[in-house]
Amino acid sequence: MPVVLIVAEQQPDGNLRKATLNALTAGKQLAERTGAELHVAVLAKDASGLAAELKGHGAKVVHAASSPVFEHYLAETFAPAVAELAQSLGATFVGGASTAMGKDLLPRVAARLKAAMATDVLGFEGSGADVVYARPMWAGNVVAHVKLTTPVQVFTVRPTEFPAAPTGGAEAEVRPFTPKTEPVKTRFIDFKEVKSARPQLTEASVVVAGGRGTKGDFKEIEALADVLGAAVGASRAVCDAGWVPNDLQVGQTGKVVAPKLYIAAGISGAIQHLAGMKGSKTIVAINKDPEAPIFQVADYGLVADLFKVLPELRQALQSK
Amino acid sequence: MKILVTAKRVEDAESKIRVNPQGTGIVPEGLKYKINPFDEIAVEEGLRLVAKHGGEVVVVSIGGKEVQEQLRHALAMGAHKAVWVNHAGALDQLAIAALLAKVVEAEKPDLAILGKQSIDDDQNQVGQYLAEFLGWGQATFASKVESLESDAEKGKHPGVMLSADGKAVVVVREVDNGLATVECQMPAVVTTDLRLNLPRYASLPGIMKAKSKPIQELTPAGLGVDVTPKVVIQKMVPPPARKAGIKVPDVATLVDKLKNEAKVV
Repeated sequence: MPVVLIVAEQQPDGNLRKATLNALTAGKQLAERTGAELHVAVLAKDASGLAAELKGHGAKVVHAASSPVFEHYLAETFAPAVAELAQSLGATFVGGASTAMGKDLLPRVAARLKAAMATDVLGFEGSGADVVYARPMWAGNVVAHVKLTTPVQVFTVRPTEFPAAPTGGAEAEVRPFTPKTEPVKTRFIDFKEVKSARPQLTEASVVVAGGRGTKGDFKEIEALADVLGAAVGASRAVCDAGWVPNDLQVGQTGKVVAPKLYIAAGISGAIQHLAGMKGSKTIVAINKDPEAPIFQVADYGLVADLFKVLPELRQALQSK
Repeated sequence: MKILVTAKRVEDAESKIRVNPQGTGIVPEGLKYKINPFDEIAVEEGLRLVAKHGGEVVVVSIGGKEVQEQLRHALAMGAHKAVWVNHAGALDQLAIAALLAKVVEAEKPDLAILGKQSIDDDQNQVGQYLAEFLGWGQATFASKVESLESDAEKGKHPGVMLSADGKAVVVVREVDNGLATVECQMPAVVTTDLRLNLPRYASLPGIMKAKSKPIQELTPAGLGVDVTPKVVIQKMVPPPARKAGIKVPDVATLVDKLKNEAKVV
């Protein structure tokens, strides 16, 4: 039976990265369409805990590799192991979530498998075993329908486009595996967590973003974000001005986000910025300029001074 | 040291990108072209490393004759020589990586620095494919601790630096939830993220000098690479249209809409 193999991801804190469950849903869709079994691979210093957690989420088999080699993620140690497993299973699809790890690892796996790859898949088109990947190009200004013509196909999925795989159904069989290991040319030195009480910009379900209209004063943006449990974002103009760190930049050359709710305050809506947030489910724009292009993509527009209405909005939402 | 960098030609990030009515591509009218912003950061990082450690920067672009513009731009920034792989048709990431691997075999750089992705295809694959094809180490998403550290610490930890013995490259990588630092023995592949550096402008003398710098022309056939695409774009469609939004008069209405209509708060 053909196999769809999803690669699970462990966070630095040891827990399963939630995006793995979204990738499992994508894997399940592919498995059902192609008459394949859904398998998941987990590699860690001690993979037993994660394997136990994964076995209730719809996969038929959980392949668990435990080794000190896998204590810290490196593409050079993980890619050969995943490729070896995929080959031994005869997997025809190998995928994972479009996280920093997924994007680093899976192209290297694809290279080992001489496979073509689709990044950031939004959904599957075509029918049955004829799989066509819908994926964004030009920061989501275009959705391309793509076929991969190699015997093995590799992909990453955008986690926000697939629901998390629920628990329930038959429990998976957990199979330990011991991949061959070779000396590698890269060494892990350290990981510095960026500690923030706020969620990650690319994973947050709500984003509050500020633009030039804030004049660099992000206090109200941050206060509203904290009431909503939201991440803070910014336009490129604001980052370029040095008002906020670059890693908050939402846009084509910054982060591409697709939260449930995106609140843009004092952002005019340059093409660069729109490309990074147009995929949001609901967009709120607050801007003094009624002609600002941001209103063209906003579901709800409020022509007003952000310094006046953001506190009002915060209080209204706080007391809900 | 010798550093190979890439310079893909892409539509300017400020260009309006629209799918054509046939769904076969994008509307070319009104587009401006530039060097891929992530590649421009790669060129800059290559120049900075060479300024510090000596050596040369070789810039590579693949495409029709128009990509010579991007090569000249990189040369004007300060790159020493350019390699142009002349190919006008569609290319996928497997083919691009295979072509680059051949150029690397000929040029024998200590480092290959590539943009983490190009802002047209957004695939984020070529550097990783290239590293595997060459059997090299990879450090993707090279970044800087800029927003996290004081100026003094920044100076100590540039995004890409050489180890004390000069045989390895130490790279700060921007990953989910933080920064991971890795050390790759050279030769290695590095891909650049947005925060690594701020690329310089080409100076007027730089632009004048670039005109006399060599551009070597190669072809896929000459390099012995079959570039038949394995990633086949069947059609392009516009993203799902957003339904026309409304203006709300005040915060109370907005909150009501968010609660009862959009149901997002």
